[in-house]
Order: sequence, then C-alpha cells, then structure tokens
Amino acid sequence: MINIFEVNETNKMIEQEKLDVRTITIGISLLDCCDSDLTIVNEKIYNKITRVAKDLVKTGQEIELEYGVPIVNKRISVTPISLVGASCCKSSEDYVTIAKTLDRAAKTVGVNFLGGYSALCSKGMTRSEELLIRSIPQALAETERVCSSVNVGSTKTGIDMDAVRLMGEMILETAKATKEHDSLGCAKLVVFCNAPDDNPFMAGAFHGVTEGDAVINVGVSGPGVVKSALEACRGQNFEVLCETIKRTAFKITRVGQLVAQEASRRLGIPFGIIDLSLAPTPAVGDSVAEILEEIGLESVGAPGTTAALAMLNDQVKKGGVMASSYVGGLSGAFIPVSEDHGMIEAVAAGKLCIEKLEAMTCVCSVGLDMIAIPGDTPATTIAGIIADEAAIGMVNQKTTAVRVIPVIGKSVGDTVEFGGLLGYAPVMPVNTNSCAAFINRTGRIPAPIHSFKN
Amino acid sequence: MKKAIITVVGKDAVGIIAKVCTYLAETKINILDISQTIVDGYFNMMMIVDISGASKSTGDVIKNLETLGSEIGVVIRMQMEEIFTKMHRI
Repeated sequence: MINIFEVNETNKMIEQEKLDVRTITIGISLLDCCDSDLTIVNEKIYNKITRVAKDLVKTGQEIELEYGVPIVNKRISVTPISLVGASCCKSSEDYVTIAKTLDRAAKTVGVNFLGGYSALCSKGMTRSEELLIRSIPQALAETERVCSSVNVGSTKTGIDMDAVRLMGEMILETAKATKEHDSLGCAKLVVFCNAPDDNPFMAGAFHGVTEGDAVINVGVSGPGVVKSALEACRGQNFEVLCETIKRTAFKITRVGQLVAQEASRRLGIPFGIIDLSLAPTPAVGDSVAEILEEIGLESVGAPGTTAALAMLNDQVKKGGVMASSYVGGLSGAFIPVSEDHGMIEAVAAGKLCIEKLEAMTCVCSVGLDMIAIPGDTPATTIAGIIADEAAIGMVNQKTTAVRVIPVIGKSVGDTVEFGGLLGYAPVMPVNTNSCAAFINRTGRIPAPIHSFKN
Repeated sequence: MKKAIITVVGKDAVGIIAKVCTYLAETKINILDISQTIVDGYFNMMMIVDISGASKSTGDVIKNLETLGSEIGVVIRMQMEEIFTKMHRI
C-alpha cells in the first residue's frame, strides 16, 4: 500500500515544484467537413468541434479536482485547414472566415487555443496552401485563439524554399497586423520542418491526416521537479545525474499517462500519445534554463550548454518512454526564451545569443522559440533564420521550428510583454548581414542523402 | 472499491482527526488505514479511504473537506489513489 512519504513526495511536486499537466489536447479530424460551399464548410466545422469537444473543459476540471493535479490548458487541434478549405476557398479572405469560425468554436467550448490553421508544404505549395499562408496575417490579427503553423520541409522531401521565403514575409506581415499588441500574432505562428502529426503543444499543434477521427494527446511538464531532484545530487557523477533525471521523468510522465487515460475514458475518445516535453513557464522554479544551471553551468549559454541539454533531453525521454504506453508529439525539452525565466535572465544579461540557441536546437526540440527580434529585421533575414532551422531538422531527422516575433517599433534593448504563459522577452540582436540573394532564389533544397554519414 | 487518499497538513491541535472522521462517517466513507507523523513541528496525516459507498459525489467531498480544513486551520486534501500508485509503483 502507498505510504505517507510517497504521498508527501507527490504533493510536494505539485505544490512546491510546480508539477502540472500542461495540456490535454483533443485532435479532431475536419476532413468530413469539406464541401464546395464555404458557408456549409464553416457550419460543419463549427458543429463538429463544438460537438466533439463540448465536455473537454468540464472533464479536464473534474480530473484536476479529483486527482489534485493542475491541468493548465485544455486545447483543440484540427486537420490542417488548407486541406479542409481547398475546394471552397477561392481567396485569402475566404480562409479568414474559417479562422473566425475556429475562433468562435474555441470560445464556445472554452479552450484558450485551437491549432491547425495550417498548411503542410514540405515539397511544394498548392494554390490553396498559398492562399491560406497569405491569409495568416489577417487571420491571426482578427482572431484571438487560433494558432497557425506551416511545415516547410522534411528529411524525406527537402526544404521548399518558396514557402520559406513566403513565411519570412508573412511573419513580418503578421507582426505589422498585430503591432498594437507588441506583434503578438507571431506568438501564434510556427514554421516547422518535420512537423509531427500528433503534437499537443501550441502554437504548432494540428491533427495530422494519418490520425483517427478524434484523439486525446497530453503534454506533461515539470522542469521544477527535475531541478529540485537535481539539487540533491550536486557534485555527483554523470551516472547519478542521469539516473536521477530518468527516475524523475518517469514519475512526471506517469501523471500524464494517468490524466490521458482518464480523459480518454471519460470523453469516450481514444488516447493518442503523451508528449514527453519539459515545458517551462515564466514562473521562477519552472525553467529548463535553471535545470541546466543546476547541472553545472554558471548561466545558460556558457560552453557546455549544448552537451548538458543533449544529456537532459535524452534522459527525459529514456525515463518517460517506459512510463507511457504511447509516446509521440515533439517530446523533448523546450527552450522558448520568453516562456522561461532562466532564459529571459540570460538573454537580458547578454549571456545567451540566437546563435547559441540555434546550436541548442540541434539536440532538443523544438527550435528557435518565442524569440523577440527587432521590428526592422528584413523578411529575407527571417526567412534565412527559418531556412537554417529547417536545415538542422532536415539533416538530423528531427523536428525543428521557428517562432520569432519581429516586434514592430522595438529594437535591441527593449522588452516585450506578451502576458500569461507566453511571458516576456528582451529583444535579441540578429546578425545584420544580408542573405537576400540566397533566399530570393526560387525552388527547393533537395532532400539530403541518407548514407555516407559523417 | 474506490480508494482515495486524504492528507491533513497543518499546525497540531486538539480534535483534528475527530472532526475529519466525523465528516467521513456522516458521508459514509470507510477508513482503511491511517498513518500520522509530525514533520518539522507540523501535523501530517494520511488516510486511505474507500469512497465507493459515499453519499456525496467525489468532487463535493473534496470541496467539503477543503472547507472543513480551513475551519480548523489545516490543509485537508483528498485525491484519488491512482495519482500516487501510478507514480510510485511500476
């Protein structure tokens, strides 16, 4: 039988170390909402989302209460809208009406974000995908809860540089369209390479076409728990360090597995996957950077950061995999700048630069995340940043992403406040050398060779 | 059987267990096991209970116990057992 020390350990994780389940995300297929009439499509989408997800928030709250573990977000991901709207959307404005429908449905069921205003164009863009991408600035400016993502490359297909160039422009347009709110629209827009179909985390969540009709995916969290466990093994060797991380990751993931199974049972929707990501928040003591510092770095960004992160990421997976029956999504430590107190501090003190963050993304998911850059950064430079990240993902067969926010009217030294879990961030300097001639070439980068690995 | 864990944490005082047990008896919740320690001068109690015959919903019992705790000046929490067994047992 369970004993008082085990009970206290669990409750200490929840109360003092900020253990929570970051999100229960219902993936909903909207493929059966396709029609040639836009009005009918909008109606079908609204009806399906509000029918399938009607009990999501209530069920989440019940589980939260009964098990005493916070479930921070309840969210929805849907089939990439470029597929759903392909036969009825003749213009970008048509797509914006679907974004508004998604926003309305999200508000009706009470979720704070809905992902899937997306296009998957890793090899080439259809006309419909291009229309959707061009509608993103307006869609994100005129909705509140809709999140958008675009996949521009994969290991198997290479990188669609036309989509990369276009996304550079659209990120800047989105920043301009939401400039009254510190370009907040860009915080809801992710550019992927090797995007997973079952990611429960925003802003990049969408419900892949290979998924079933509806599915429950759960994202766990718990950087604070890992940090606290590591405090007990200061000065110990790597074996002890790694074992401690694994054991802690196992415990954290078991909570996610329990919540996922309960949510699945109560909602009558199959359980999909647990995403084993260490997801930080701007709160002190809930930071991935603080874990790296606990491992032995004076500040995140110091030499050794990439190695420490690689080790952390790997041990979290090793511990988590055994704790869950199905693992998927992004599964890796997140290193968003604005959502991680330790990262913010390091950037503000000039100890962490974009180039180091880029190196860190080679060994962990997910990419250059929630980074505020000067508002006068050219679109081609943003496209260059996207291309670099996509290349890392393509060559290393992993998911990478870019979520940068060119904050209109702000420059290096200013701070941007996004609010809530999105946090705040100092504007970071970007290398000002131009890559325009590279980006303005048309076509795509071919898929990499999968032999001769050196 | 539907097991839940009740924890009571706070400054030690007369009658804490009595008050919790009275509520549980009134609500037809059976106590399976009790253990108690004092950690850093704080009263620390854990009960394993069976709530399958409870006369109120699980959510209501959790809220009632929380209210009772704030009346006595301690923190009383009830959680379904699985959160602990899942985490600590393979």
